[in-house]
Parts: sequence; structure tokens; C-alpha cells
Amino acid sequence: MGDAPEAGLLGREPGERNYLTAGTTVRSWLLTTDHKRIALLYAAGITFFFFLGGAAATLMRAELVTPAGDLLTADEYNRTFTLHGVIMVWFFLVPSIPTTLGNFLLPLMIGANEVAYPKLNLFSWYLWLAGGLLTLFALLAGGVDTGWTFYTPFSTLYSNSHVLLAAAGVFVAGFSSIATGINFIATLHLLRARGMTWMRLPLFAWAMYATSLVMVLATPVLAMALLLLFAERAFGLPIFDPRAGGDPVLFQHLFWFYSHPAVYIMILPAMGVVSEVIACEARRRVFGYEFMVYAMLMIAIIGFMVWGHHMFISGQSPFASLVFSALSFVIAVPSAIKVFNWTGTLYRGQIRFSTPMLYALGFVGLFTLGGLTGLFLASLPLDVHLTDTYFVTAHFHYIMVGGSVSAFFAGLHFWWPKITGRLYSETLGRFAAVSMFFGFNFTFFPQFVLGYLGMPRRYHEYPPEFQAWHVMSSTGAVVLAFAYLWPLCYLGWSLVKGERASDNPHDATGLEWQTRSPPPTDNFAEPPIVTGPPYRYHEEGYAPHAPAAADEPQRP
Amino acid sequence: MSDTALNAPWATADRQRVATQFGMWAFLATETLFFGAIFLFYAVARWSHPAGFLAGAREADAWFGSANTIVLLTSSLTMAIAERGVRAGLVALARAMYALTIALGLCFLTIKGFEYAKDISEHLIPGRRFPLAETGASAFWAFYWTVTVVHAIHLTIGLGIVARMLLIPRDRLAARWTTAEGTALYWHLVDVVWVFLYPLLYLAGR
Repeated sequence: MGDAPEAGLLGREPGERNYLTAGTTVRSWLLTTDHKRIALLYAAGITFFFFLGGAAATLMRAELVTPAGDLLTADEYNRTFTLHGVIMVWFFLVPSIPTTLGNFLLPLMIGANEVAYPKLNLFSWYLWLAGGLLTLFALLAGGVDTGWTFYTPFSTLYSNSHVLLAAAGVFVAGFSSIATGINFIATLHLLRARGMTWMRLPLFAWAMYATSLVMVLATPVLAMALLLLFAERAFGLPIFDPRAGGDPVLFQHLFWFYSHPAVYIMILPAMGVVSEVIACEARRRVFGYEFMVYAMLMIAIIGFMVWGHHMFISGQSPFASLVFSALSFVIAVPSAIKVFNWTGTLYRGQIRFSTPMLYALGFVGLFTLGGLTGLFLASLPLDVHLTDTYFVTAHFHYIMVGGSVSAFFAGLHFWWPKITGRLYSETLGRFAAVSMFFGFNFTFFPQFVLGYLGMPRRYHEYPPEFQAWHVMSSTGAVVLAFAYLWPLCYLGWSLVKGERASDNPHDATGLEWQTRSPPPTDNFAEPPIVTGPPYRYHEEGYAPHAPAAADEPQRP
Repeated sequence: MSDTALNAPWATADRQRVATQFGMWAFLATETLFFGAIFLFYAVARWSHPAGFLAGAREADAWFGSANTIVLLTSSLTMAIAERGVRAGLVALARAMYALTIALGLCFLTIKGFEYAKDISEHLIPGRRFPLAETGASAFWAFYWTVTVVHAIHLTIGLGIVARMLLIPRDRLAARWTTAEGTALYWHLVDVVWVFLYPLLYLAGR
């Protein structure tokens, strides 16, 4: 490959060194401080955890095909959904986009050659891996049956499973998250290229900034919550035990003070990815760039003030519930601004229905549905009816899976040529994107209905009248599983036999496209200088539908 | 993060210093939230069972606590002198002050050890032999043990990073004032946390 000069590869020396070929020993990977290589280390880890968590989900959907609990016992089912939740939240969703795409792209997008603290970045990966292995060990040694929320007093006083090990794993992984957050914030403050002002940052970089703020300020509270849980369970100190003057609801407050902002850790990076993809593939500047920035920051800030909506039926005071309900409605405003602005960006765009664009458009639809059903749950009277039903399950899967995972796949495909230097098959990619949208809705839409009809979550048996909906959901899960496995095949193929990618195959304007594919170890041959705002897909004053433009030669 | 050698990705030593300070302050923000969560536990426990909680607090030994407060505040003074010493190039003074800071830190841990021994001999560990019957008293002691152990772990890590300052060769110490500043910031954090813990633990029941 590479000896015949292809279009877009002119001027490229065949054996040119890039970050992938800079060193090939195992040692050169495990001790690397190159942010691009660390991104790939994370990618390997999260892919493993994603399919592990997915396997647990498959087992649950298989159990739920019939009303009787015939495949798993109640206890096994509890352990399966806990495995699914713990792995997917802390070892896939929270790190997914920030640690892979974020690590890879953030320095490139702002014209830097590294993150602010490269050694700390590598250390974060080891911390995350150590946390993951601890948790994995807990889950293999017999599992945990508390659910991913570790609610007290069950987790501290009654559960006979490996709660301590799993909590220790999450605790350790939390510090990895904090370190990554500090690293990204410092990178954005201190390493922007000349001329890269805050209001010229790509929205993905802004998304990383907002996400990092949440990571840095919310995760320590989870760490303390888990530490207190540890103290009570391991040493019998009465912290959450009401018999000795403790308060089990306190745990829920501390837990959700992290875990509600954590859902914004999962969705804000997705919003960043989708903004990049939509702007490029619609050939438009992002509509209302500044509103997009402020909306992300508002989401990050208000996200800290809504945690109480997880406790409407936990014995919280009605006044607190009212305030949390009102604030939960308020956070829908910046979320809606984003959806309207994406739509505004598409308006009169020259849309290419490429693979990343299909994933991104899927994101907008699924996120909208997930967000609107969130308003149902923010409303006090409705929430009392819907709490702990499949409605909640469906709602947060629309945001986390329909939203975050779609966006992750959008980003993966969009930047694949930059990361690997290879192209993938567009046809197979589009097929995967459409299958995922279809499979996802097929799996989770029936769960809204199930929940509304009263099917509680976390049960392995159910009355026979729910069976039709459960069978639908499980059938959809088969399609969804295919949609997740299929990209492994063609992306794997692309790694080995894929056509070489040019430096800027999408004709995008971001700084990351102005260097080679794959980038050299130090990113840019010389430090870039930024002279204008991002997304200059058509110049100021250019009107594609003006009469004068009609006579110009059309470009595809 | 040495000041003498320039690390990637920084173009100038000034920028690298800014980065070290920036990272340290960001880390301190996370520590504030970390301890904030356990202070919330204190507030909730004290608010829900005021009488029992304060009955528990009365058992805490204010003599040990006060002695440790004096020791730790003094160590902050020696740390501040050490940091200024490094900046001013007074290497011998700085090294002496670092040694004194470590000695005071160890002194704190020793006093804490004696205090723990006394607490244990009085069965002040929540459990079957816990002497106080009031609801809430054991919650105070749950807070006491958790927070003092977490604080002692922070202090022990602090001893490590102060010792690291002594390992820097004498002729290079003066150039390392950013490292000295980071070390001092961390040590003062440990101290500030104790400033809050002292009234909460030892003065609440009096």
C-alpha cells in the first residue's frame, strides 16, 4: 500500500512516521504519554467493558422473554442487572467519549501537541484499569446484588454479595475521572494555539470543558459516599443505619449529587460530537454557536441542582421535591436550545447522509424523545406513578444508549480516518447506523408502554399480560446486538485492508483535519495560528440559492 | 514537574509554573467537595438527634485535640517559612523547616495514636460494647473515626511529599519553588481541614 500516489495523498512520503508507527513495542504503548495512544488504550478497555455489559443485558432480555423466571433465579437476575449497570455506567458510558475521542481530539482541536499533564493522563488510564479489574473481580467472584446505585441500608447491612470490592473499584475509577477532568480543564485554559480564543473553540472542545467541570466537582462526592458506605459495611460504623441515628436517605442525596450530574458527563460529550458531525455533513456553520456554548454550560451548572428528583418518593420534604421538580423542568430549556440549533444548522444545509451523519441524526431524534420523557419524570404526580417502572428504564436508555452510544458511534466513524488513517465501507456503515436506530427503538419503545402499564423494573418474573411487550423488546435487542457487533467486522477489516484516508476526507474545517492522517506524534509540523471562528463551511455572505450561484458549476 | 527541566508540552518555564499551580488548585477544589460530603453527614446527624449526638461529642478528649491543633498549626508555620525560604534561596533554612514540618507531622500522628488508644480503651467504637445509649451518640463516633482516619491518611501522604522536598539536591532546591508551592498548598489543605474538624469534634460537646 502507499506506493501508488492516490488522490489526497500526493506529497506524502511512503514510510512517513506517525503516532502509530513511532514505536511498536508493547513497552512503547504501556509507557506512552502520547494523548493519542492513551486514547487507544482507553478504547481497547471500554470496548471490552461495553461487550461485557452488553452480554449481561442480553442475558436479561433472554430471561424476560417468558413471564416465568426460568432462565435465571431472582438472585442471579439481581446480580446480572447490577453487573450490567455498574460496568456500563462507570466503565463504559462515563469514560467513553471523553477518554477516547476527547483524549485524541482535544489537543488536536485547539492546536496543542499534548494535554497539560501527559504523565497524569497515563496514570489516569492505569487507575481506571485498576478500578475496572477490581470491579470485574468482584463481579466474577460471585457478583453484587444491590443494583448500580448501591442503595443503603441494603448494601451496608443486608446484602451478602461482594459490595465492598465493587465499591472499591468504582472509588478508584472515580479518581481516574477526576484526573482526566483536571487535565482537560488545564489543557483548555493553558494550551490553546495562538488566536484560538474561547469563542473560536469547536463545540466538541466546549463539551469537554463542561464535562470536565462536572467530573471534577461531582466525583469527589461519590468518592466520599462510597467511603462512608465502606466504613459502615466493613467496620459497622452507623452512618446510614436508622436504628443508630443514621439516615439511609443521606446516601441517596450524596449518591445522586454525583450520579445525576454523571448523566450529563455522559450526554454533554455526545452533544459535542453531534455538533461537529452535523455542521460538517450539512456544510453549514453551527446555528447559534454562542447559544450552544452557553446551553452546555447551563446544563453543566443546573445539572448540579436537580439530583433530588431521584428521591420524590424517598421521604424527601414536599417543598424540596417541588424545588427539584421545578429545576428539572428548567434544565430542559438549554437541552431544547441545542435540539433547535441542530435543526437550525440542518436547515438549507447540503446534507450528506454519510454514516456519521446517520448516527448523529439518530441521536437528535432519540435524545429528543429521551428528553421529553424526562419531563414526565420531573413532574411530581406523574413521577409517583412512574417511579421504578420500565418507563424510567426506557427514559434513561434513550438518553444514555440512544443518545450517548449513538453519538459515540457517530464520532468513531467521523474521526476514524483521522485516528487510523484508513477508510471504512460507507455502505456497511450506513447499514449499521440504520440498524442501530431501528433496533434501539424496537427494544426500548415498548418499555415506555410497559412502564406506564405498571411493570416494575428489576424483576425477573412478571404477569403474563406484559409478555407481548417484553417479547417485542427482546426481539429488538437481537437487532441492537447485531448493530453493535457489525461495526466490529467492517471497522476491523478497515484497520487491515481499508483504503488509505487522505488528511481531510470530509473536507472539514477543524484544526484536527489540518494535520496528517494519522497525525504525527507531535501533532503539527508547526504550531497552528487561528484567524477565525470554527465551522467556516461557507463564507460570510455566500448564498447557495442566490440566482448568481445557479449558473456556477455544481459540485457534488 | 521540575522547574529546572522543561517538560512537554510547555514552551516556557513560566507557562509550566502556571500549569503546576493551576493543577494544584483544581485538585484542592476536588478535596473541598470530598470533605464537604462528610461534613454534610455531620450536619444531618447532629440536626436529627441533637441531644444524643452532643452526648457522644462530650466523650471526645479535648486535651488531645487541642494539643494536636497547636502541633498542626505550628507545622503550617514551618511549612510557610520553608516555602518562602526556597523562593528566597535560603536552602539551609528551607531544609531545616521541612525537617521540622515532618517532625511535627509525626508528632501529630503520635498524639493521635495515643488518643485512639484511649478511645478504644473506653470502647468508643460503635458496636455492642459502645457505652452510650442515646440515639445519635454512635453517629458522632462514626463521624469521628471515619473523618480522622481519612485526615490521617491525607497527612501521611503529605509527609511523603514533604520528604520528597528533602530529597532534592541542595544546589537545585532554590529553582524548585513551584514544587515547594504545590507542597505547601497541599500541607495547608490538610491543616485547614483540621481547623474545621477541631471545633466539630472537640468543642461541640462542651
